[in-house]
Amino acid sequence: MIELSVQATLKGRQGAFSLDISFRSSASRLVLFGPSGSGKTLTLQMIAGLIHPQKGRILLDDTVFFDSSRGIDMPTRKRKVGYVFQDYALFPHMTVRQNLAFALHQQEKHAPLMGAFRAVAPAPLTPEQQESVRRMLELLEITHLADRRPSQISGGQKQRVALARALLISPRVLLLDEPFAALDPLLRIRMRKEVSRILNECGVPLVMITHDPEDVDAFADDLAVYANGKILAMEEDFRGRTLFAQDSLSYLTDILNRGGHADRPHGFDDV
Amino acid sequence: MEFSLFGQQFSLFPIYLSLKVAGLSTLASLVLGTLVARMLARRRSVCAAVMDSLCTLPMVLPPTVLGYYLILLLGQRGVFGPVLTELGFQFMFSWQGAVVAATVVVFPLIYKSAKTALEQVDANVEKAARTLGASEISIFFSISLPLAARGILSGAMLAFARGMGEFGATLMLAGNIPGKTQTLALAIYDAFQAGNDALAACLVILTSCICAAILVTADYLLGGSR
Repeated sequence: MIELSVQATLKGRQGAFSLDISFRSSASRLVLFGPSGSGKTLTLQMIAGLIHPQKGRILLDDTVFFDSSRGIDMPTRKRKVGYVFQDYALFPHMTVRQNLAFALHQQEKHAPLMGAFRAVAPAPLTPEQQESVRRMLELLEITHLADRRPSQISGGQKQRVALARALLISPRVLLLDEPFAALDPLLRIRMRKEVSRILNECGVPLVMITHDPEDVDAFADDLAVYANGKILAMEEDFRGRTLFAQDSLSYLTDILNRGGHADRPHGFDDV
Repeated sequence: MEFSLFGQQFSLFPIYLSLKVAGLSTLASLVLGTLVARMLARRRSVCAAVMDSLCTLPMVLPPTVLGYYLILLLGQRGVFGPVLTELGFQFMFSWQGAVVAATVVVFPLIYKSAKTALEQVDANVEKAARTLGASEISIFFSISLPLAARGILSGAMLAFARGMGEFGATLMLAGNIPGKTQTLALAIYDAFQAGNDALAACLVILTSCICAAILVTADYLLGGSR
């Protein structure tokens, strides 16, 4: 269950962008749909704690991530959210295996001084940790890439690595930012199926943001439609319906009328 | 220790002292400059801007001005003079003073390149590490520092070369005592002033060779992993 109600105003290079949204969803797959610049990525970064709203509340299951009225703001590293960035954000100086190992090392519990030492010089992986890396590589079908660097693998492969890395921390929720936008159309169809399969196997709830109606059809149990920093519509039990159907078309027209790119404030490349 | 080149007899001490001063001041600035750069990188506040100017100032100020400030701070009658004497530190007319002077002079070179290098690290990569549960110290040592290492080290290389040539601030604080605080640059000036042109020329050639060798080596080492 995710509950979110936030207000934030962000100043860009030119003008300000304000976000005022609130939704609640207990579905295992929530899709935030809307044009670029409507505030979807902002929402996702707020759930992860990378951006702080001025006012509001963010709850995941029983955990309060953020509550301005009670002065709660849990740091990102304690939230345990699996965030897959649009550009994957793999560590370029590490191999695929080291990328995954880094995620596992951060889950270790150390005494304060030892923690500082281990941050500089991580210990080798324990046999159990090696086993979970092996299983994750297998689940994502990237075992053969384990010793390559991110610069040596393709976009689709990078996405698998980013997913594997995010899943290794046993996240409370998986946050996917436009996961298929950068892939070519054929690979996109394949990765949608793959991600569905992996989600089913791991049983991790998903919050995905997209501007592609086909992603909505493939993933949305619940659907939140964004435009200009507001939620235009919240649809529960969307599964099995489609944005392309007659009754859904009104959304698309509405969104186009209410503005997307045209009304987007200048200076916001990624909100 | 005596050395002979082109029939000139001269002491090797200035060379040894210059290498020691340049090396130690580069090391000190490497640690300090990188830490300060980490604190000020990606900050856009007024306070950060003022700090940034202060850290860059030694690059713009004449070394004699820096030397003067250092005497005001560290001299026997300086602000920290009594405390330092109590602790057994003696920076006036000592090789330690030369290291302090050179550290201040080369600090901006490392600070500037470290700040640029740290700011060029992809912010999303650091954010990703944060979502994976990494602490700030872990992110700095495992992600930011390795990714910025090349930029920071090229700054250190420049700093070392600059430290080898440091003259003004060192002269003000540590003086020009042969066999104690006389570095290469000071020895050349001394020889030239004394009309010993042949010795000056020898030292100049030697300095040029050492500096060129250091730059070539550093460039080779830095380029090695490209």
